[in-house]
Amino acid sequence: MIKLKQVTKTYETNDSLVKAVQKVDLSIAAGEIFGIIGYSGAGKSTLIRLLNGLETPTHGTITVAERNMNEISGRELRKARQEIGMIFQHFNLLWSRTVQENISFPLEIAGLSKKERLNIVNELIKLVGLEGREKSYPSQLSGGQKQRVGIARALANKPKVLLCDEATSALDPQTTDSILDLLVDINQKLGLTIVLITHEMHVIRKICHRVAVMEDGKIVEQGKVFDVFQNPQQSMTKKFVNQVIEAESSSEMIGNLLNQYPKGKIIRLTFIGDTAEMPLITNVIRKFDVSFNILQGKVSQTHGGAVGTMFVHVDGETEQVEQSIKYIRQQKVKVEVLTDARITS
Amino acid sequence: MQELLPNVKWNKVWEATVETIYMTSISVVATFVLGIILGLLLFLTSKGNIYENKIIHAIVAATVNIFRSIPFIILIILLIPFTKVIVGSMIGENAALPALIIGAAPFYARMVEIALREIDKGVIEAAKAMGAKTSTIIWKVLLPESMPALVSGITVTAIALVGYTAMAGFVGAGGLGNLAFLEGYQRFQYDYTFITTIFILIIVFLIQFAGDYVTSKIDKR
Repeated sequence: MIKLKQVTKTYETNDSLVKAVQKVDLSIAAGEIFGIIGYSGAGKSTLIRLLNGLETPTHGTITVAERNMNEISGRELRKARQEIGMIFQHFNLLWSRTVQENISFPLEIAGLSKKERLNIVNELIKLVGLEGREKSYPSQLSGGQKQRVGIARALANKPKVLLCDEATSALDPQTTDSILDLLVDINQKLGLTIVLITHEMHVIRKICHRVAVMEDGKIVEQGKVFDVFQNPQQSMTKKFVNQVIEAESSSEMIGNLLNQYPKGKIIRLTFIGDTAEMPLITNVIRKFDVSFNILQGKVSQTHGGAVGTMFVHVDGETEQVEQSIKYIRQQKVKVEVLTDARITS
Repeated sequence: MQELLPNVKWNKVWEATVETIYMTSISVVATFVLGIILGLLLFLTSKGNIYENKIIHAIVAATVNIFRSIPFIILIILLIPFTKVIVGSMIGENAALPALIIGAAPFYARMVEIALREIDKGVIEAAKAMGAKTSTIIWKVLLPESMPALVSGITVTAIALVGYTAMAGFVGAGGLGNLAFLEGYQRFQYDYTFITTIFILIIVFLIQFAGDYVTSKIDKR
């Protein structure tokens, strides 16, 4: 559905060249939810704007829904854009128009008659769950409702691709989840390809099938979300993954735990996929004469499996403790024994 | 009433009021249209915008600045040859119109430009992302989204124009300013000066009231 080959975008400022996007290769399949994550300034905003021609590449080719976005212009480009929906961090609704009129806007651009527009608008209002708010103005809506209008507006011309530019970054966690659920819902109902950019790993974890990590205009790592969570390669990726799966583990916190439990051992377990769902602790207690005390932990669901970490205090005969740790290792759970504020395996 | 205002002839006042309203309304309508065109031109050709063009922007900006800087009373005199060609006369309400419009439109154009710059860039970007043509962006995004500011701007301009018509009256354009000059100033009938002031104030208040009302009605932010 989307293919980028060696795409580079450089800006000229007064005295220097800014390389916003550097030699990016990307391939996104139809029906996929693809996430691009990076901190601000990583070039992800530029990258997503290259996909609908709001930015033109300095080098490289961009194909979206069988159109060469880097070659077309004028009427053809406008036609292509009608088939690519886009939603924004700050919603970008027209405040002078009601919900209904806002959703109708892209249909006016496409040149549909008033009657056709009304039919589609009513359908979309139902799809995004805004019944009863048709005549409201954006200023009368909450952030989540505004983004629903944004989504309905982006879907009006039945696009093949939906671009999400930090679509949940201005929303609170609960609203974020409801908007993400809606995105998954339309992805499944309409078979829509979704490309989203974000700086929150939570968003990637919750709905994306694949993810690309961006740093300094380059894609440093990409793959299935679960694989990336399981085995992050780059330090940037590890930072993002830790946002989600890591229980709080500052050296201060570990130091406190060690002081609190002078006897026995404190270990950190990292669960991935199937191992996250197996009754590991029960098995250990049954097999060995040790006490097992869960200090803190966090397990998150991703598209493809669960991942998580847990801090545990193991106490008992030294021999038994060593045996139990060995057993856990055999279960493909990563074990790290904490000795001082640092972690040793 | 007769004792308070011994010299005032009401039919004269009424006639002058109608002339003032006539000059103001025609010039406000023309200023609104011309100012929006110039303002759009200023906005669209500015840096980073749809029709970014340094040369056109510089020419329009210079013209606007020059005409905005000339004191109105001098502008009228300066435009006498031009007015004679266009209107065919230097006397009467119509003779004031070219100067009124040329004096007010650049002033309003700057206000239009500011109003357009206040529009969230994201909204324009969203319209582009939907595949909107530039004309669609102008008619369906730029103008509707800035309408409250455009209306409050034309309100301020209209009030300035009432003042301009009075000045134009001093050089033969008719209206309340003319009445105040001929009857009040030159013939020392102070009651005429007073009553024309009252009528001008009423016109100004009505314009302000109407402008505020319309602005609050259309502002949905």
